[in-house]
Amino acid sequence: MLPAKSIITVRDAAKKFGKISALRGVNLSVWPGEVVVVVGPSGSGKSTMLRCLNALEKIDSGSIVIDGTPLDADNRHVHQVRTEVGMVFQSFNLFPHLTALENVALAPRLVRGKSSAEADSAARVLLAKVDLADKADAYPGQLSGGQQQRVAIARALAMTPKIMLFDEPTSALDPEMIGEVLAVMKKLAAEGMTMVVVTHEIGFAREVADRLLFFTEGNIVEEGPVDEVLDNPRHPRTISFLEKVL
Amino acid sequence: MAFIKEQTQIFIDIFAYLLPAVPTTILITVCAFILAVVLGLSVSLARLSRIRALRLLAKIYVDVLRGIPLLVQIFFIYFGLGRLLQLDRFTAGVLAVGICYSAFLAEIFRSGIGAIEKGQHEAALSLGMTRRQVLRHVILPQAARIIIPPSANEFIASLKDSSLVSIIGLRELTRAGREYYSQYFVDFQTWLVVGIIYLIMTLGLSRIVSLLEKKYRVHGYGVSH
Repeated sequence: MLPAKSIITVRDAAKKFGKISALRGVNLSVWPGEVVVVVGPSGSGKSTMLRCLNALEKIDSGSIVIDGTPLDADNRHVHQVRTEVGMVFQSFNLFPHLTALENVALAPRLVRGKSSAEADSAARVLLAKVDLADKADAYPGQLSGGQQQRVAIARALAMTPKIMLFDEPTSALDPEMIGEVLAVMKKLAAEGMTMVVVTHEIGFAREVADRLLFFTEGNIVEEGPVDEVLDNPRHPRTISFLEKVL
Repeated sequence: MAFIKEQTQIFIDIFAYLLPAVPTTILITVCAFILAVVLGLSVSLARLSRIRALRLLAKIYVDVLRGIPLLVQIFFIYFGLGRLLQLDRFTAGVLAVGICYSAFLAEIFRSGIGAIEKGQHEAALSLGMTRRQVLRHVILPQAARIIIPPSANEFIASLKDSSLVSIIGLRELTRAGREYYSQYFVDFQTWLVVGIIYLIMTLGLSRIVSLLEKKYRVHGYGVSH
């Protein structure tokens, strides 16, 4: 049974870039502990929607409420949401001038006001969790793509977020490194983390996701339990997309 | 033999006469450059601001100062503003060189800060950092590596341009050279020595800069990027 109260609530969210509509009235609820996978063709707005969930993009109309906090014009609300929502990017975006350990420890120190010793020891625990305990002193430039992305996950987890957003976390990786990143994500899902994952990894979706959303032309056109959507898609756009991907 | 001895003595005399003016040249340059860094950073941040009026003001500042010869700026500040504000020669010289170079530095800083990928901003913001924290801990440390080499070149250029303040009677190296010449009328030797002293300072600085660059290079960073 799902809890009664959703942790992410999106109502009629719309967003335009110039004249192009990226989101056309999206409605979405995500419940605590749920793993939602978002698939769809590129340019369909799925990444834009994800980026709206921590205010990296602002919606033009509609509403987004994250764990009771509305993402509105109030900067304190935006800040509050960002400290509770972790984000992992396609291009990792590690800070190249800092070591892996410093990357993970920086935000807890600055934002949560932890001491260096506290932040460092917590960071070491997280690096061990993503299997990179031995790379604490390496700079991002010395790590492989898979290792960088795992550091990026540890960095996001260091803020002890309630929700983790993944924006095509394996799309920039060589095939042999995708598995190690997905393994970390599976571990997180098993621990009960609320996750919204934009990805093309259908295998991951089948194994881990509770629900699958199909995004096209700025909206969700089909959603449901993963196997149901994947095995019996109903919307013609879902059918043609899945034929190409599977 | 007597000729060589005589000439050597002249060179030694000139050196001895000029050396006391060297600290003034260095002091003008250092003070002006500190002013230029502070002003330049503020102006570059204004140029990257979200507020339109601020961006526009900063652009005008840069365009105006880059479009007027330093010599004219020195005259304007010493004779124009100086009368009004009772500026002494040193203050006027430092202000003129510092303000002029702040425009050049602002452009260097702006392009350095602008060269940092947008993803760095986004990653830091998504971790809950404030804009100020993002700038201080994520953007500026990375931009510094881009900014430092061209800024160091500006520092060396400003050392050379500090010779222009000799025109308002500030007794730095070039002024001392003019004084020596007008007393003893040995023009070739005087200006040769003045040139050599500038050259020693600029080459020395270039060397220090390249050593610093090596020291602050981070492993695997700046190579692949």
